[in-house]
Amino acid sequence: MMRVKPSAFVMGIYLLFLLVPIYWLVNMSFKTNAEILGSFTLFPNDLTLRNYVIILTDPSWYMGYVNSLIYVVMNTVISITVALPAAYAFSRYSFMGDKHLFFWLLTNRMSPPAVFALPFFQLYSSVGLFDTHIAVALAHCLFNVPLAVWILEGFMRGVPKEIDETAYIDGYGFWRFFVKIFMPLIASGIGVAAFFCFMFSWVELLLSRTLTSVNAKPIAATMTRTVSASGMDWGVLAAAGVLTIIPGALVIYFVRNYIAKGFALGRV
Amino acid sequence: MDKTLNNKAWFLVLPVLVLVAFSAVIPLMTVVNYSVNDTFGNNEFFWAGLEWFEEMVTSDRLHGALGRQVIFSAIILAIEVPLGIYIALNMPKSGFWASFCLVLMALPLLIPFNVVGTIWQIFGRVDIGLLGHTLAAFGIDYNYTNDPMDAWITVIVMDVWHWTSLVSLLCYAGLQSIPQAYYQAAKIDQATRWAVFRYIELPKMQGVLLIAVLLRFMDSFMIYTEPFVVTGGGPGNSTTFLSIDLVKMAVGQFDLGPAAAFSIMYFLVILLVSWVFYTVMTNLDKAEGK
Repeated sequence: MMRVKPSAFVMGIYLLFLLVPIYWLVNMSFKTNAEILGSFTLFPNDLTLRNYVIILTDPSWYMGYVNSLIYVVMNTVISITVALPAAYAFSRYSFMGDKHLFFWLLTNRMSPPAVFALPFFQLYSSVGLFDTHIAVALAHCLFNVPLAVWILEGFMRGVPKEIDETAYIDGYGFWRFFVKIFMPLIASGIGVAAFFCFMFSWVELLLSRTLTSVNAKPIAATMTRTVSASGMDWGVLAAAGVLTIIPGALVIYFVRNYIAKGFALGRV
Repeated sequence: MDKTLNNKAWFLVLPVLVLVAFSAVIPLMTVVNYSVNDTFGNNEFFWAGLEWFEEMVTSDRLHGALGRQVIFSAIILAIEVPLGIYIALNMPKSGFWASFCLVLMALPLLIPFNVVGTIWQIFGRVDIGLLGHTLAAFGIDYNYTNDPMDAWITVIVMDVWHWTSLVSLLCYAGLQSIPQAYYQAAKIDQATRWAVFRYIELPKMQGVLLIAVLLRFMDSFMIYTEPFVVTGGGPGNSTTFLSIDLVKMAVGQFDLGPAAAFSIMYFLVILLVSWVFYTVMTNLDKAEGK
């Protein structure tokens, strides 16, 4: 008989615990509502793509994905663009109030979105940005910009300072050095920071739901309305859920070795 | 790394400052404004002083939500941190299986919060969910919509499912940075497994563990979406945590004054805890000579 190492056994159990609930969602998304409610089956007996067809052909459904993607991408671009120079400043220079500023950024990552939901709603309504993609993108900067600064700073610390000095001696100006030499050096860091901005903006619901009503409504908010007059459409709900998992699952492979560093705010 | 003193670096930080000021300071000031004013609609405000704060500090509702929140965060930390360390110790060290485990473990972290709620809402239902159905088949009376105890267990198991991997991933990264020589030295000294853990692995994981505890504490302290989707704060008020209560008060009932006072106190707690962690963290960094 083959001996199984205890550690492999532990990991097996844990991964099973992680995957079974996800499997159940995937399983349900391929069932008809009659099968979901009528019988209890571990595999879809009557395999159907109906739920996915409904989502991918109905604009009120698939526009949710498009809206989410638009504001998530906007947010990622904004966050990384402003965070890059700031992270460079934090990693290379000391200046008046730098420690306080760095800490203040951290508190924004830690502040509960619930505190900000109502003021955001009023702020963006009063400047006429309510229900636009940019409003959500800006609101998510609250926690994504600090995160990006922290992660990028962590990566930049690993680049020796001599490189900067050599480049300046060679006559590079700051911006040319930054874009041509420095950014390629921390390309993986930028990738990881972008991934985390993407992810945290993608999984957030409270702010994006508060700031939108129709035009920029995210998929996550659309999902909360599957309760219709004819009862709950479980199959479609499950299919929509599966579709929201896919973007994360696709890119996770590329950042697997940096994922701890990202979650640790660049401090590993 | 020693840094050069250069106050012009402020210009590089300026964009971040402006952006975060717009998305954090202005809203926060609005909250402060509400917390000291009373309104009868029509945008007319009356100075209320500290009235709302006094009301909130003595309100049973806030005490209840705060109590539940603290218990919830404590249970979450007590389960996830040891479990996360244990899992990290059992993970394959390198090769295909290491990547395999990393990717699968990170999966729950990337699921939108409300989908996490939906998954567990479905999973726990007695009529259509695997968990609820299986428990019912064993004759266990389980119903998270009626029984506060079951609701709590569901919310906690859901959070363990969702976030334990985060603790594991961080600890795993910490473990990877321990040079092989340490283990060899321990082997020569015939150190027990426990001694290796206690005197080599744990001290080396200190930094990442601190971050893991900070993140788990903070995120569980402001948890909103997942329990809201699963239980809606119920049955009754039994799973109404701080954020849920706050949103109910501010958006549901539009009690701006009390909600704002509530927010400020909530924010101050967060600020205090962040500061403690930050201080410990920077001291650790210094001690390691980074």
